[in-house]
Amino acid sequence: MLIFEKSQQGRTAITLDKLDVPAYTLKAEKREQEARLPEVSEIDVVRHYTALSKKAHGVDDGFYPLGSCTMKYNPRINEKISGFDGFTKIHPLQDKSTVKGCTELMDTLTDRLCEITGMDAMTLQPAAGAHGEFTGIMLIKAYHASRKDTKRTKIIVPDSAHGTNPASAHMCGFDIVSVPSNAEGGVDIDELKKVVGEDTAGLMLTNPNTLGLFDKNILKITEIIHKAGGLCYYDGANLNAVMGVVRPGDMGFDCMHLNIHKTFSTPHGGGGPGAGPVGCKAFLASFLPVPVYGTLPKGYNAKKSIGKVKTFYGNFSVLVRGAAYIDTLGAEGIKDAAQKAVLNANYLLSQLKGDYDVAYDRICMHEFVLTLQGLKDETGVSAMDIAKGMLDWGMHPPTMYFPLIVHEALMLEPTETETKETLDQAVEVLKTLKKQAVENPEILHDSPRKTIIGRVDEVRAARQPILKYQF
Amino acid sequence: MSIYTPHTDKDLAEMLAAVGVKKLDDLYADAPKGLKVDKINIPEGKSQMLVEKDFAAMAGKNKIYDTILRGCGAYDHYIPAAVTALVNRSEFVTAYTPYQPEISQGVLQCIFEYQTMMCELSGMEVSNASVYDVGTAVGEAIKMCTERKNKAVIVGAVNPQTAAVAKTYCNAGNEKLVQVAPDKNGLVDIKALEAAIDDDTACVIAQCPNYFGLIEDMTKIAETAHAKGAKFVYIFNPVAATVLKTPKECGADIAVAEGQPLGMPLSYGGAYLGILTCDAKMSRRMPGRVVGQTVDKNGKTAYVLTLQAREQHIRREKALSSICSNQALCATTAVVYLAMMGKTGMKQVAEACVSKAHYLAKQLTAIDGVKLKYKGEFFHEFTLETEKYTKAVERKLDKMGILGGYKVNATDSIWCVTEKASREVLDQVVAVFKEGK
Repeated sequence: MLIFEKSQQGRTAITLDKLDVPAYTLKAEKREQEARLPEVSEIDVVRHYTALSKKAHGVDDGFYPLGSCTMKYNPRINEKISGFDGFTKIHPLQDKSTVKGCTELMDTLTDRLCEITGMDAMTLQPAAGAHGEFTGIMLIKAYHASRKDTKRTKIIVPDSAHGTNPASAHMCGFDIVSVPSNAEGGVDIDELKKVVGEDTAGLMLTNPNTLGLFDKNILKITEIIHKAGGLCYYDGANLNAVMGVVRPGDMGFDCMHLNIHKTFSTPHGGGGPGAGPVGCKAFLASFLPVPVYGTLPKGYNAKKSIGKVKTFYGNFSVLVRGAAYIDTLGAEGIKDAAQKAVLNANYLLSQLKGDYDVAYDRICMHEFVLTLQGLKDETGVSAMDIAKGMLDWGMHPPTMYFPLIVHEALMLEPTETETKETLDQAVEVLKTLKKQAVENPEILHDSPRKTIIGRVDEVRAARQPILKYQF
Repeated sequence: MSIYTPHTDKDLAEMLAAVGVKKLDDLYADAPKGLKVDKINIPEGKSQMLVEKDFAAMAGKNKIYDTILRGCGAYDHYIPAAVTALVNRSEFVTAYTPYQPEISQGVLQCIFEYQTMMCELSGMEVSNASVYDVGTAVGEAIKMCTERKNKAVIVGAVNPQTAAVAKTYCNAGNEKLVQVAPDKNGLVDIKALEAAIDDDTACVIAQCPNYFGLIEDMTKIAETAHAKGAKFVYIFNPVAATVLKTPKECGADIAVAEGQPLGMPLSYGGAYLGILTCDAKMSRRMPGRVVGQTVDKNGKTAYVLTLQAREQHIRREKALSSICSNQALCATTAVVYLAMMGKTGMKQVAEACVSKAHYLAKQLTAIDGVKLKYKGEFFHEFTLETEKYTKAVERKLDKMGILGGYKVNATDSIWCVTEKASREVLDQVVAVFKEGK
């Protein structure tokens, strides 16, 4: 039942103070019909949304190995800190002298993220990963424009990339050149050499890539791009695998974004808000959106800025959580988190190998991709069926059908905060599902069976869109 | 070591053995040796107790005002306790995007209710599941309009933060953005607007109440845009929208807003909420996620992410926008806030804002040398022109825990009054102005 269906004329949940000034009636034209907002009591509201929360599934509810999304535990202390009055009650246009705490937090966070990534400067403005990509590609665009190098119209993106990469580059006016992956899941160097040229503005790359593999040729790849006069953009979606171990700035990347809501443990909130700070090398710093925080490189000139990508300074409340997380972990903890994330993924992989085919069978980073094409051919059970089967065991399924280059893909990212017992349980579940696929595939086609609803009719939703309540 | 990694020594030994490596570093064999950093140069980790103490100290360096008479894109409204309590439920907070509808009906229904409420506020037919903020909403709205034409016109007093973001979005897509300044009354200059619209103009963008707080004749602006074949993008305020002629009634094709007034704390500028609603005809060009109603295999009503064929994960470079993560929890906040306030509550909030703002304006302008910069009708923000809003006055207000209006130049300041300000405090402000210096 929707909240609108619980509405009763005249019912209210809140009373404001009696108006203590003369009532003023606007002369401006009014709306013809009142907005049909619900008329409910406070207990109606509380029960309604409590019930809805019970129909949601978060990291706090169970194992969430959703590949590429880094669903690690979101420490409660970070929630508490971001809720301090000294952060939540601050107006963004207060005088600088009254926001010294905010400034200190943003300065410190910027410098630490620069150190973790090997970048020289950073903006905290972007609200999410894709927004960071947009910002980073704008830096590349501004750089070429500043050199009057107008022939550079293309951005190279591997075929294994997140869909946001080509979309972000296209939003910035670039054409996209796709480069295929090699047999090891990395960038095909020969193919890269073929597409690179004087029209290359840059390359967007995730490393470890979306197959969960560290590209051995990373230095060669960035060198090829640089030699052609292009710049290298690092998609930090998978930074959780390598933070504290290797740095994008040392791999030859010129700019990058990171996902505070993945790598630095801030909650996803059902799809946001996140934060996607963008770091860059000194020669790009002047192009960063203003205002910039932290230590600025020599020669920084705000006049060259690409402008603003977000009102005010970014998703501050998210940044506070990320800052608290980094402060808790420190240098060793950051590295430890990465190493254990990789260990957990490899352990899970080692336990599943006998039952499932791995897309690329080698040591993985923080995630790995299974291919269920063989299973599907043999039993008719698809990646979707297995994923839906997991729901009945109280587990969130892996990412399905991504990356696009793997058939019947399931991408698992356990993260470092899970115990060995949880991983072992997941292995048991996946083994059981495999057995079911062979012995009784119908059960899986029909899964999930224990959830409050069964599989939904997505075609109907798209063909006859109902996008709001029909009063 | 990190307190958030639960591995015991025994676990570590067993897991490494299972993987077939000796030590953790062996897992990084693919990374070129020269790349490995010994240790990043940031401080050692701290206990949670110390982290909490240090961040409390940092928060303590910010000044909290009891009364905030400043808006300009961030508004200090009362947030009922139930809103914070419900939104902070960990199932909402720690969920990912609702890709698996069978276990995400709660999140999906919240978004469906959100889409409904946003359409009710703006009068438009369709809403998406949110974008980052009002600035990016305008940036995206422009992209929705520039299918065949390449120019956008921002007209009148649009919040400079919003205009700046729109400018960056246009620079990105090589679209031309023209800004037409307001007339001497602080309102949209219709003649100048007519002159600025040419055959290549895809859309006209205006804000009401505008940056100065004034209520614009949005119908006239929409007509001017449409007469010349341009679409009209209306930037509304969600509180004012409960009272004023809706964007739809004014003729908007797209209506966007900053959703922060709907239950989100000021939080130094974020996380806020980009509201984006549009005419049904434009829904296939709308960016970002949308939730639709459907049925499950047993015919039971269900909600699911839909119209995904527009989105980046399917269309890649052909997508109109790259937005993936949005501001979902902020959208949930808006829904719970609007449910709590309800029809009556929102009317009371709007009435209190308007009445109190007009009360303060009247009292202040009764003082010699203090006047309203513009004569047009305003909603809950107004622009003062005076030499009397001196540093000393600002300081005095500051000492009383009052954040005064936002100074935009030596003489002009923009003031905002919400339901939170009591008459007593407003009278104190007037007294400080009278004392002067």
